[in-house]
Amino acid sequence: MDYVTEIQSSLASERGRSKRLSRAELREARWGYAFIGLWLVGFLAFYLLPMAASLVFSFLDLDLLNPSRSTFVGLENWRRLLFEDPLVWQSLRVTFVFAAISLPIGMVSALFLAVLLNSADLIGRNLFRTLFYAPTMVPVVAGILIWSGVLNPATGWINQLIQWATGLQVANPNGIRWLDDARIIYLTYTMIGIWGIGNAILYNLAALQGVPSELYEAAKIDGASWFRRLRSIMLPMISPVIFYNLVLSFVGLMQYFQVPYVLNGGNGYPEGTTFFYLIHFYRQSFQFLDMGYGSAIAWLLFVIALAITATLFATAKHWVYYAGERR
Amino acid sequence: MARPNPAMPIYGDANLAERDARNAQRAQRARRDAANRSLIVKTLITSVVLVLLLLYLMPLGYSIVTSFSSKSQVSDVRAPVLPSARMQFEYQRRTLDVLEVPIDGESRELALVRSGRASSTFVDPADPAAGEIEWEGSWRTLAPVYTLDIEWENYPRAFQFIDFMQLLRNTLMYAFITTIAATASAAVVAYGFARFRFPFKGILFMLLISTIILPPQATLVPQYAVFFRLGWVGTWLPLIIPTFFANAYNVFLLRQYFLTIPTELEEAARVDGAGPIRTFVSIILPQAVPALIAVSLFHFFFAWNDFFGPLIYLAGSQQLQPISVGLFRFNGLYASEPQLIQAASIMTMLIPLTIFFFAQRFFMQGVVITGVDK
Repeated sequence: MDYVTEIQSSLASERGRSKRLSRAELREARWGYAFIGLWLVGFLAFYLLPMAASLVFSFLDLDLLNPSRSTFVGLENWRRLLFEDPLVWQSLRVTFVFAAISLPIGMVSALFLAVLLNSADLIGRNLFRTLFYAPTMVPVVAGILIWSGVLNPATGWINQLIQWATGLQVANPNGIRWLDDARIIYLTYTMIGIWGIGNAILYNLAALQGVPSELYEAAKIDGASWFRRLRSIMLPMISPVIFYNLVLSFVGLMQYFQVPYVLNGGNGYPEGTTFFYLIHFYRQSFQFLDMGYGSAIAWLLFVIALAITATLFATAKHWVYYAGERR
Repeated sequence: MARPNPAMPIYGDANLAERDARNAQRAQRARRDAANRSLIVKTLITSVVLVLLLLYLMPLGYSIVTSFSSKSQVSDVRAPVLPSARMQFEYQRRTLDVLEVPIDGESRELALVRSGRASSTFVDPADPAAGEIEWEGSWRTLAPVYTLDIEWENYPRAFQFIDFMQLLRNTLMYAFITTIAATASAAVVAYGFARFRFPFKGILFMLLISTIILPPQATLVPQYAVFFRLGWVGTWLPLIIPTFFANAYNVFLLRQYFLTIPTELEEAARVDGAGPIRTFVSIILPQAVPALIAVSLFHFFFAWNDFFGPLIYLAGSQQLQPISVGLFRFNGLYASEPQLIQAASIMTMLIPLTIFFFAQRFFMQGVVITGVDK
């Protein structure tokens, strides 16, 4: 269904083929390597070696302009990272709190919209699908600037719409200050992120179309309620895609950078609530040019991302249903 | 098995015909009711989705309207939604503001000639010959009258200030080169994974896929250091060269597609003596055109959007920056001119949105292959 099963099945095919290769097989293997060679070189040059180098860098006080002046500082960068730098924990907390708010809202919205866009009772389905996808095509920087305008407390349409609909006097400089109020800033950022859920909607849509309609009909005949059908048929049947969306959203949120950087240049405004982990990384590595420390920050991100993805994959077998799975 | 003959009357003929008619009527009514009900459901669901869509696209509407508004309107809280300007009137070589004045229970649009604290003098723009009108009250409480006024000038100004041609040239060049490189390299690698058996294939494929989850920042500092030592920082090379070595997403998508192509033609070609390269170029590639288009589109949009890479590698070379970084810089310089920023934002999205609307079939299929297909 997705990468998970791909990996499992390709690992399975790996076993049981340890015998010597025949001449034809050798020829085939050579051609195979010739075709994937490009990627192998790229993998070494742009992933494996830099990963190792990054680890080495994290033990150095790296001077990029005069590499010969770089000194080995042992665990100094790591000590600073784990025990001394309060911004590390602050930015990690910011990143995780935002993920905890933004991820569920984003995933539920994507699923909800997919269910609506999959409804047989919707007139003009294809047009609606295209239009709901369109904001995902808006260049990210342009999208952020558009949102920053529409969220303006006095002149933006959001407060004006709220004022018009509810009568509350919110459309003025002291009204709802979406981008300045630390209490709602994560909701604001989540709202901006909703413009990027087009792909998740499409994955959900494709998965919903793959659920055999006989299942729903059979459940209906058995008297299952709407909610029961949702919980016992739809969600399990599309759980692989939910899992896939979860992993991808999570990976994306760990690298959250562009929205806060474009909105406030990475100064954490308001009250440090938008000082995300990658902002810290960017400032240390590319503004203060402390690349040894930057490498340590990046490695910690890698370790955390790996740990959480591994946890997600480990829990997957309890709640993700694969139709083609052999038990 | 004996079946009742439907033609055989059970009751009298007349009775039967009557029942038939009644049944037909009832069935028709039921059908009509069902049709009505489903029409109601359809209207209901469609309107709900329409309202959601309008809310979802509202920022876009704001941006378009603002991009056609004057600077004074953007900061004017009382201004109407559509681009407009305060109405003015030329009277005795003076430019007067037109205000809404309540006189005798009706609101009239009058031009303010002399303003006073307790009473002011107005003139009717529609009939200046009628003379001046005195009005009791504070003129400051009166609302201005607006007329539709579209500020077309914002676009040429933003176009010029942001140096759009330069940004567009850079972005298109960068997007085209890397799109070709990324698609071609991914196709070659994907063919290797789709059609050949070789040792460690499973592990290598797993490594390939796991690079999707790897945060790119984990490898960034050493890459930057190497590119810096090579003297490539401040050029496009650090952004272009890695795309020649196949990206996991694209490889995965193309491999999935290649796996669905039947092998008969390839076998026939092999019997005819074609080597793997010729088979790949003349048999596989022509059959994979939709997937190749999808991958190209993905990469094109990625390149159009790419921000972090150009930000760090082209920080000191403004003349090479693509549109994403250019727009970011523009926002910093023209923060007090929201109408220009919105105009520039709209300009940057025109090309991607146009391509998307024309090529959406390929595009959406491609999205679905990466996410869902086996």
